Amino acid sequence: MDWQRLLTLAAAELIAPQTAAFALAAIGLNVHFGFTGLLNMGHAGFMLLGAYGFAISTIAGAPLWLALIIAMACAVVFALLLGIPTLKLRGDYLAIVTISAAEIVRMVGRSTLFTDLTGASSGIRGNTYKSTFQALSPLPDGSTTIGPFTYGNNLSNGWWVRIAAWAIVLLAVLFIYLLMRSPWGRVLKGIREDEDAVRALGKSVYAYKMQALVLGGVLGALGGVVYVLPTSVQPDAMGRAMTFFVWTVLLLGGAATIFGPVLGSMIFFVTLSIVRTTMREVLPPDVFSPAQIEPLSGMLIGIALMLLVIFRPQGILGDKKELTFHVR
Amino acid sequence: MSAETSGATAPSATPRSGPSAGTVAATAALAGVESRPGASKPDAILVADDVVRRFGGLTAVKVDHLEVQRNVITALIGPNGAGKTTLFNLVTGFDRPSSGTWTFDGASMSGKPAARTAQAGMVRTFQLTKALARMTVIDNMRLGARDQPGENMIAALVKPLWVKREREITVKADELLVRFKLDHLRDEFAGSLSGGQRKLLEMARALMSDPVMIMLDEPMAGVNPALTQSLLGHIRDLRDQGMTVLFVEHDMHMVRHISDWVVVMAEGRIVAEGPPETVMEDAAVIDAYLGAHHDTDLGDDALLADEVIHNLEHEAEAEEENR
Repeated sequence: MDWQRLLTLAAAELIAPQTAAFALAAIGLNVHFGFTGLLNMGHAGFMLLGAYGFAISTIAGAPLWLALIIAMACAVVFALLLGIPTLKLRGDYLAIVTISAAEIVRMVGRSTLFTDLTGASSGIRGNTYKSTFQALSPLPDGSTTIGPFTYGNNLSNGWWVRIAAWAIVLLAVLFIYLLMRSPWGRVLKGIREDEDAVRALGKSVYAYKMQALVLGGVLGALGGVVYVLPTSVQPDAMGRAMTFFVWTVLLLGGAATIFGPVLGSMIFFVTLSIVRTTMREVLPPDVFSPAQIEPLSGMLIGIALMLLVIFRPQGILGDKKELTFHVR
Repeated sequence: MSAETSGATAPSATPRSGPSAGTVAATAALAGVESRPGASKPDAILVADDVVRRFGGLTAVKVDHLEVQRNVITALIGPNGAGKTTLFNLVTGFDRPSSGTWTFDGASMSGKPAARTAQAGMVRTFQLTKALARMTVIDNMRLGARDQPGENMIAALVKPLWVKREREITVKADELLVRFKLDHLRDEFAGSLSGGQRKLLEMARALMSDPVMIMLDEPMAGVNPALTQSLLGHIRDLRDQGMTVLFVEHDMHMVRHISDWVVVMAEGRIVAEGPPETVMEDAAVIDAYLGAHHDTDLGDDALLADEVIHNLEHEAEAEEENR
């Protein structure tokens, strides 16, 4: 077994754009669940909407900044649509509505109804919307090697997208840090603990929940944009499985922590890479074909999530004390 | 409470010490008020008219007229299912009435959401304590404050905009924690507090917003006897500082002991009103409680005598130590 190859592949996941995309999405979900207690089971819907918004508006000729704003605006509208009817009800209703709404987004995206815009189930090819982003790159053409990693500077899955993706993640972390140390963040945590108590103290709970839903959704949409920048928009790649991966990332790192989503995303993809590569190397091909490796590693991740929630519910960075109290 | 108890040496039913200035003022204010349901008060802060709440076929609350006098302690009593908590929920905006109107401090509050009611100065606590478990005690307190610009999402990003107010809030919170003897728990998670401490925390948190009127839903439920005494003291202090107190309670000793006026509810209606000394003799009240307490002394002051209280305190301490 080639250990060096295994470790290099795993380490590459640490800085992969996909890891950054999931970190961003998990930061958004953290605003929903970790800080406000909103059960959003359709985060992939926000991500897919962000991806569509960015890709379609770029193809239509929008400059990069406008395409980003449109991606975020899609998430705002989606959050409002979901929030207006459900945020006055008990938390479970939001969970039901979000999971179905995310599926609706995916179904509409892959249907032949808007083939001109969304490309139906084959999606939108990456080359059609990457130009504005690539044009912004200050890097010279060619490729650069840093340590074991060699990537093209401006290739679609190269250094530029990595730098930009992690810069956005850092900004998002800073943004959430600033918000969550503030009295605004304190109100959100209060709502997570007990809505009625916060209401009795004269805060408009509905408005705060809506702000949290919108903010987390916008971060999810940005995650979606980062996710599709090195690849393409594939509605079926951004379905329920993606939502649960984001949940795994969040719970792994630690809900209601600032760096938890980032750490969780790194650990998640590194582990996934190690598991996959090891299984490919170790398992005899006549027992497990390469096509079976993918679902098998998914199963292992599922088991890992269950073990995590049972034995370390606070995640890696979470405060054990914070979870010792079972409210309600 | 120690200052008050030290003066009294006589056993059983005599008052423990001279009434406080607040009690005197409250008694004077209520002197001319008739002891009948819906009696009008000289200076009513809360006035409710024809408030009805139905749950399907059941009429949980049907209050024709209720006035709550400003700056006195009013107790709302009645047997289980009398509609006390429902009335509380209606008036504070946590539930919507089938019909009815009410005003608070002269302004109509009917149909206003809970947050708006609280902003107007009518702040409540809950029967089942709502301490925000996974937040520290001091953060619980800070959350109670009003006019914190940092609670706006945009302003929250710029610390200089809210840090000054935050400092003021923290000073105030610390003062209240000292007053309620919770200062040693300042940085603990509220979830680690005992039931009685949570009650104190909830009351202290409500005071952070400088309420005009504070509504306590069964403040004594689940509180150990030693803490009961200090809670009683705190409630009396609130009144003496100029607040209006309305509380729901089952514990008749407590009602008898600290309230200035008693409103009795049964089957959703107000059946009697009056000063605590006399209201229990009202035929309607006896009727409402018939069966459960008819022949027992509902307001046995003997239980509040110093000896008994000391014994209870010792018991409570012993209990603490044994844990």
